[in-house]
Amino acid sequence: MDPNLVPQPELIDEPEVLQDAEARVFYATQWRLMWWKFRKHKVAMVAFAVIVVMYLGAIFAPLLAPYRADERHRGFVYVPPQKVRFRDEHGFSLRPFVYPLEQEIDMQTMQRKFIEDPTTRIPIHFFVRGSSYKLFGLFETNIHLFGADGGKVFLFGTDDLGRDMFSRILYGAQISMSIGLVGVFLSLLLGLFFGGISGYYGGAIDNVIQRIIEVLRSFPTIPLWMALSAALPPDLSPIGVYMGITIILSLIGWTALGRQVRGKVLAIKNEDFVIAARLSGTSEPRIIVSHLIPSFMSHIIASLTLAIPQMILAETSLSFLGIGLRPPVVSWGVMLQKAQNVNTLMMAPWLLIPGLFVVIYVLAFNFLGDGLRDAADPYGN
Amino acid sequence: MKVGVLMDKMDQDHILEVQDLTVKFLMDEGTVHAVNGVSFVVPAGKSVGIVGESGCGKTVSSYSITQLLPKSARLTGRILFRERDGQVTNITNLTPDGKEMRRIRGKEIAMIFQEPMSSLSPVHTICNQLSEAMLQFQGMTKRQARTRAVELLQLVGIPYAERRVDEYPFQLSGGMRQRVMIAMALSRNPRVLIADEPTTALDVTLQAQVLRLIQDMQNEFNLSLVLITHDLGVVAHMVDHVCIMYMGQIVESGPVKEIYDDPKHPYTKGLMNSIPKLRGRRGERVVPISGSVPSAYAVQTGCPFCERCPERSKRCTQGIPQRVKIGSEHYVCCHLYQSGKEEQDVINA
Amino acid sequence: MLRYIAKRLLHMIPMLILISIVSFAIIQLPPGSYLHTKMAELRASGDQISMDQIEALRIHYSLDQPAHIQYINWIKGIITEGNFGFSFEWNRPVKHLIWERLALSLVVSVSSLLLSWVVAFPIAIYSALKKHTFADYFLTFVGFLGLSTPNFMLALILMYVSSVYFGFSVGGLFSPAYLMAPWSLAKVIDLLKHLWVPMVVIGTSGTAGLIRVLRNNLLDELGKPYVVAARSKGIGIARLTFKYPVRIALIPFISTVGWQLPQMISGEAVTATVLSLPTAAPLLLGALRSQDMYLAGSFLLLLSSLTMIGTLISDILLVLVDPRIRYE
Repeated sequence: MDPNLVPQPELIDEPEVLQDAEARVFYATQWRLMWWKFRKHKVAMVAFAVIVVMYLGAIFAPLLAPYRADERHRGFVYVPPQKVRFRDEHGFSLRPFVYPLEQEIDMQTMQRKFIEDPTTRIPIHFFVRGSSYKLFGLFETNIHLFGADGGKVFLFGTDDLGRDMFSRILYGAQISMSIGLVGVFLSLLLGLFFGGISGYYGGAIDNVIQRIIEVLRSFPTIPLWMALSAALPPDLSPIGVYMGITIILSLIGWTALGRQVRGKVLAIKNEDFVIAARLSGTSEPRIIVSHLIPSFMSHIIASLTLAIPQMILAETSLSFLGIGLRPPVVSWGVMLQKAQNVNTLMMAPWLLIPGLFVVIYVLAFNFLGDGLRDAADPYGN
Repeated sequence: MKVGVLMDKMDQDHILEVQDLTVKFLMDEGTVHAVNGVSFVVPAGKSVGIVGESGCGKTVSSYSITQLLPKSARLTGRILFRERDGQVTNITNLTPDGKEMRRIRGKEIAMIFQEPMSSLSPVHTICNQLSEAMLQFQGMTKRQARTRAVELLQLVGIPYAERRVDEYPFQLSGGMRQRVMIAMALSRNPRVLIADEPTTALDVTLQAQVLRLIQDMQNEFNLSLVLITHDLGVVAHMVDHVCIMYMGQIVESGPVKEIYDDPKHPYTKGLMNSIPKLRGRRGERVVPISGSVPSAYAVQTGCPFCERCPERSKRCTQGIPQRVKIGSEHYVCCHLYQSGKEEQDVINA
Repeated sequence: MLRYIAKRLLHMIPMLILISIVSFAIIQLPPGSYLHTKMAELRASGDQISMDQIEALRIHYSLDQPAHIQYINWIKGIITEGNFGFSFEWNRPVKHLIWERLALSLVVSVSSLLLSWVVAFPIAIYSALKKHTFADYFLTFVGFLGLSTPNFMLALILMYVSSVYFGFSVGGLFSPAYLMAPWSLAKVIDLLKHLWVPMVVIGTSGTAGLIRVLRNNLLDELGKPYVVAARSKGIGIARLTFKYPVRIALIPFISTVGWQLPQMISGEAVTATVLSLPTAAPLLLGALRSQDMYLAGSFLLLLSSLTMIGTLISDILLVLVDPRIRYE
């Protein structure tokens, strides 16, 4: 719109009459400005907090989880999520407790059912000793945040093998939430490399890279992922599969980033500060690394944030279809594979809970990325 | 002020009167006071120039007249318009995009904008955009409107109008587009034409042509003209009256000759000195006004110009100067001319 | 216009060649092949007749030749006689297996695309015109939620809800009675009855993206000077909004068809597995698992070609709606 219409204080400021607040804006670095703008985005801040909490949960999974991921509880197959209570007819108790479960056969449907026995309480204790593990792979300990004294506690129920869903979701977070980060990091390297040289050198190199991107993008992603992951050797170790899937995801994921980097480089490479660097004899790779990349890093970070949810959605979908990660690796997608059948789902709808975490995680990253993108745009309102 | 008493009354000869107009913008960062108590009149068939630098509120004032300001704008004061039947309408009482306001925009007060490039839709033909108002307000058929559109294009000096009328704006040059904008304004047979920096976005060589065209059209259609510009030179031979605006206020107003020959306000003097003169003496320098416009967020307690004023004194920071009459139609807002008789004549000008 | 389309079509040829090479290369990636595995099995069971058959197939499809010869033979077959090779697993020519499945994939994807347009369009316009209101925030949130929910989750939830609360099972594209029946009007009607579930599931994620694109475009356009200029002509707000900014915001919106179609086909691939739809993806998945190379390769090739056609259509639409491209 017409700049006269809404007077813009930034444009008519003059250093000598700067107010304190204005002076701060005037001399702030790009990252400062971005942070100030980002702070105003309440939703993005909340999303950021959610993400931090989720990653802390994944890092401290062994401590937070009452059981190991592969621990089977005999006689506790398809246990529904248990209610944690503070009061019942016997009165209020500061210490939370659950009721013990008793298995029964429903004579009408001939299905096994668990019913709570309200006559006894199983108190929940904190910092209890259980199975031992190594925190961060360093400290051997057997302390768990909580546990039921003389019974079992399954906050999110159990699966077909009697494994605690709550513990598995925590352990699954380690895989699911890291695959996005690693995949995006690989995409970033590929995208910066190909997008950078494509935009910087132009000409034939640019043409070839653009065609490659075009071809890769015209494959519908899921069928292409399907084909590539079918190509992973079946006898690959779980870690090998994890790496393989990550590489496959980033092989296609880099194209969007590559295009963006190319566009930015094209726009910036003829700016005065780049020409100045070139005239003063700085080498080409150095110009790219120390002048071009920093100047659009904020945009790249915003795009990366938006690319992470794509990765986890892809991993989850592939694992769900049985061509991604496979047991014994625990990821949210692998867990959801158990929920593929409608009949199972009718009996144990809590098997969908990992999906809920996928949605929360992806939603949080989308909001965060949206906030970052706004903050990274110096010409936004 | 006695303005409140004069309910919707205006001089018989005037077609437009702006009385004590203030416009504020409510923004996240605070309130921007864009226009602070502006008053001016447009006599029927005459032309008035509003001059000031970027951000002084001249565009906001002109947008207020046709109520085209964004929703965040808060407007007080009165804008009176004399209808064809002699009735007076207070435009500030009308709903911005209501039927009455649209009638005034479509038939009475037309505008030409700063940027002819982006003021036309890129995906509609010129014929389509030119005939829009004629179809809506003059009950023409499509064929009639098209014929009229070609006539108008010829009138504003577009060659091959018959062919051009079916082209798209991006196929025309900047000057041609501004001519189309003028034709579009004329298509409504308006009585008032507001031109908001019509030549700013054009090449210097085109500026004179477009200004000449506006002047010709004013004579041909007997228009009353409000010309908004930052260029005192443009105003000199285009208008009868000049208002000099600074920081949302009119600091000086009067007949164009008087202002040129005998500027009173230090800001006006500064503006005069900053015009390069073609026949200036050798060695004479263009003198810029020192400093720049202070933040529009600030609330003023003294004369808005005092920080940059070469003739400032103590009292300048202690009160906003009142408007003083210093000639038959010459007014100035400056402490230099306030001799305790501020109340003398603050109503109409 | 015609020249532009011709130019675009010419541009597609090298792209198609590249795509076919990539498709063929991908199915060659896994070690071993369907016939190898089969031969090993048969050798163990000592079935000489079947082994002879397979040996004949091997020679007929020159599978003992190097990869590039195989590729050229495959492409030659496709171009000269529409022969996409032989599915060893199904023991039938690929062309008898793929077309109906691809057609159904296309029906599901395109109808999901249309649904997402029909839903996204009014919501985006409303959201942009009422920006920063509760309704706008709410719709934005719902849009994000749609964007963040994997297709299969939505399909599962829909299946769960419909069987628990409405007592019927969704899934498939046909009732059992019509599954094997030849095409008839009744079968088409039956298809339409089943189509809405995958449409909703696949359409949702796309809708969210579209709403965001169109809303942002429209917000940009609403601030442009031509809107003020149109208002200054005395045109009513509703009328001018649709004539100018909405019309212009549609231009980049239309170019989204290019990436919408592959996204829909992708979404369809996952959803088809959950809802057991008789479309291309489940067959492709099976073919990939059993290394049935020609079947898998043909599906990959044809699905990507659909994407290219989608891009072509969006480019042509773009020319129709944007005179600036038309006169370039």
